[in-house]
Amino acid sequence: MASEAIAGTAETRVGSIVNDWSDDKQTFHVPWGKAMMWIFLLSDTFIFSCFLIGYMHVRITSTIPWPNPSEVFALSFGGEPIPLILIAIMTFVLITSSGTMAMAVNFGYRRNKKATVLLMAATALLGVMFVGMQAFEWTKLIVDEGVRPWGNPMGAPQFGAAFFMITGFHGMHVSAGVIYLSIIANRVRRGDYDKKGNYETVEIAGLYWHFVDLVWVFIFAFFYLW
Amino acid sequence: MSAAEGQQHPISVYLWIWGLLFVLSGFSYMVDYLQLQGYLRWSLILLFMFLKAGFIVAIFMHMAWERMALITAILLPPIALLFFIAFMAIEGDYIFAVREFIFSIVDFVPQSPHH
Repeated sequence: MASEAIAGTAETRVGSIVNDWSDDKQTFHVPWGKAMMWIFLLSDTFIFSCFLIGYMHVRITSTIPWPNPSEVFALSFGGEPIPLILIAIMTFVLITSSGTMAMAVNFGYRRNKKATVLLMAATALLGVMFVGMQAFEWTKLIVDEGVRPWGNPMGAPQFGAAFFMITGFHGMHVSAGVIYLSIIANRVRRGDYDKKGNYETVEIAGLYWHFVDLVWVFIFAFFYLW
Repeated sequence: MSAAEGQQHPISVYLWIWGLLFVLSGFSYMVDYLQLQGYLRWSLILLFMFLKAGFIVAIFMHMAWERMALITAILLPPIALLFFIAFMAIEGDYIFAVREFIFSIVDFVPQSPHH
């Protein structure tokens, strides 16, 4: 039945929903942890959406011009300031980490323990790098530019509140992800999943990490580029 | 898909998507770097954003290979957000209009309460 649903036509795929939901035993034919992770990520989607919608609302209603993120987040390396450059580097770091995580999941299913551990460690390290750059960005904004949650010298006072809430909550997710990945990588190294007989846990950790990258795609588009 | 081995796909698929995400991020950044403005800017930002989000969910998170029961359970509820966004945008425009009107009345200086 499973292979029929994957390879089947649109009609059989719709049919598979009816079958799955009328099943007496289980609806989602995936490991329990994976279904739960997806449901957690769905709830997290709504939390981040509330932040971004709140940001949209204060930006629309403000009669004072919104600070231009392109200039606020510009950085100069001795010469002309390059617009948004730090944010661009952070974006590339996070995408790179998503790639290494995807490869870690793949090597896990191939039973290549060493490659899985190394790739997960690389992912966590890139996550640390991302949070480090974010700490630098926050310091620059708070100390040098005088941005506060209640005001800033550049324009609409809500800018700081939206910025600290959204990037702060995302940075917290990245930090939690680094800890989560470190724990799972250590278990892979110990051989827990060889004993258990499957590497699904690595894929579930991967789902969380890709989600963090996914949220950044939206933050990058709506907060930094808009 | 055998239950024991889970999601196994060729490495080349991941490398291609990885590369594509890099290119799309580069494009997103160029929108700002080239200082494109107005509807062109907004539509390009949204286009690259949805392409990146789609590839991450479909390939990296393996949604493309999941069963319809899971795909619909996860991807349909966020449609409610579109209504939320629309409501808040409409309401936001209204509040902005009211503020513009109120703040333009010179007598309206809410600094010292009378009575």
